[in-house]
Amino acid sequence: MTAASPSPLDLPPLDQAPPDLPPFEGPIGSDRSNAALDARSLHLRRLVVRALEGGGRGHIGSSMSPVEAIRVLYDDVMRYRPDDPRWVGRDRFILSKGHGCLALYAVLADKGFFPEAALDDFCRFDSFLGGHPEYGKVTGVEASTGALGHGLPIGVGMALAARMQGRDSRVFVLLGDGELGEGSVWEAALCAGKHRLGSLTALIDYNKLQSAGPVSAIQPLEPLAAKWEAFGFNAVEVDGHDVVDLRRVLTAAPADPSRPTAVICHTIKGRGVDFAEGRAEWHHKAKLSLSDLAGLHRALA
Amino acid sequence: MRQTSLKMVHELAKADPRVVFIGSDLGPDTLTEMRDEFPNRFFMEGISEQNVIGMAAGMALDGFIPYINTIATFLTRRSYEQVAVDLCLHDLPVRLIASGGGVVYAPLGPTHLAIEDIAIMRALPNMTVVAVADAEEMRRLMWATLDWPHPIYIRLAKGGDPVVTSPEDGFTLGKAILKRAPGDVLLVSTGVMLGPCLDAADLLDARGINCGVLHMHTVKPIDADALVDLAGKVRLIVTVEEHILTGGLGSAVLETLSDRLPGRIPPLRRISLPDAFPVKYGSQQEHHRLNGLTAPAIAQAVEKAAVEAVVEAAP
Repeated sequence: MTAASPSPLDLPPLDQAPPDLPPFEGPIGSDRSNAALDARSLHLRRLVVRALEGGGRGHIGSSMSPVEAIRVLYDDVMRYRPDDPRWVGRDRFILSKGHGCLALYAVLADKGFFPEAALDDFCRFDSFLGGHPEYGKVTGVEASTGALGHGLPIGVGMALAARMQGRDSRVFVLLGDGELGEGSVWEAALCAGKHRLGSLTALIDYNKLQSAGPVSAIQPLEPLAAKWEAFGFNAVEVDGHDVVDLRRVLTAAPADPSRPTAVICHTIKGRGVDFAEGRAEWHHKAKLSLSDLAGLHRALA
Repeated sequence: MRQTSLKMVHELAKADPRVVFIGSDLGPDTLTEMRDEFPNRFFMEGISEQNVIGMAAGMALDGFIPYINTIATFLTRRSYEQVAVDLCLHDLPVRLIASGGGVVYAPLGPTHLAIEDIAIMRALPNMTVVAVADAEEMRRLMWATLDWPHPIYIRLAKGGDPVVTSPEDGFTLGKAILKRAPGDVLLVSTGVMLGPCLDAADLLDARGINCGVLHMHTVKPIDADALVDLAGKVRLIVTVEEHILTGGLGSAVLETLSDRLPGRIPPLRRISLPDAFPVKYGSQQEHHRLNGLTAPAIAQAVEKAAVEAVVEAAP
């Protein structure tokens, strides 16, 4: 064989750099999400910042992108009782991307599962609000998450439990886009499709950015809706910051009630904080300066 | 032993509506009677152990007691984070029935040999680790699992193992069974090593060494009181396990005695598999012979250790 012989598969040589990414124009994800934030969305984000200030740290970008999805679930979709959090007939919500916990803590506090003042102790030694949500510690949290790829299998088990017990509880699992790299997510998706778990809804916080950079460069997911469809789900795409759109999708009967649903929420990482939107360096901050905090307050004023 | 454990899942399912069975990709004839009687509580979910563990956790969070069966290495190594986080952190009553503990799958090679399963399961908070000696004891264990509020790892042996326990032994999780009262020496075993240890004690008796046998079916939580009590009465302790040297029964016994009897532990020897992936195939028995896990080899090792112990104790 000569060095010049072309590859039968016409593959580029191994030492060639990957193709350049498309030019960056505005926050990643902004092409699919342009809904304005209303007063309630700003209020919930201010609660997130209250906890960030209390703990002096946190996953900022990851907590801002799923605020509307969680808000709509708790405001308009799910059945639950803050004064009876273990009520057996409730709908279940699992935040599989546990690092986005500040969004969940903000909504749970707002709904009265625990006092808002607890947010000031976020991540402190004696706090019940840690950097990832824990079952048995935080009232209203259905499963301890933080290690990724655990929420959907647990949600499948809860949906099967409801079926065995004759309950009509729905189960909602919110996953990160980077989290979809975990194989266990797809094991659970196969299983949910097989069991035709119409009561199960997976929401994907598709903010297009993972810790290391754009999802499209680190581990591309497209065609994402087609993947979920292929695993037996009804797949729906929404503007993940548009509460009207989210409400419409999450309260509507699924296209096929014998299939689980995947709601792909197109979001912007860091949404609502102009200087953090679509910027990977705001995925997580282990330390927040006074000027960082002043900027966060100013952005949400 | 496996047949008995699975039949017992069916019995437990009849007795308690919280019991469900989840298999991965087991034989087509597995638990068909339970599948026919309780189709809604029988799940065969394919080769997806991480999902199976998480799914069991979800069911347990809503009040069920899932019994999972598949090959031990896939319940331990493959899905370790799910076992740690979904089962142990949540402290849920899920039961892992682990086929092929130790070197049962010798002909299949090291990918299928659960030689460090006790060590890694024992490392997890809230986990209970059990290895019974025979099918009759399995039956007694399975009844005890119904109301134990924590996850349990149940190590299975090959099947058809000689029955060496009796109904009078009873069964309480976390409570060791003194099968033979000690004289100078105490053998501590777990799982199917009880049989060879009892035979070794007979051989030693014939040679004038009076040897007791403590069956530590529950390695975690270990029966520290029984160990401490007996350690004060003997001049040598020998642990015997079908598991690597690292982190298994022998380690658990040493740790317990070191914590409870600092400076007063009698001489202690550990008989186990070496800290190595097995390189041979063949049969479980051949691996037992290779590693000194037979009655004559145990007796010989005890006799040698007894002589050394006497020398160590000499002024």
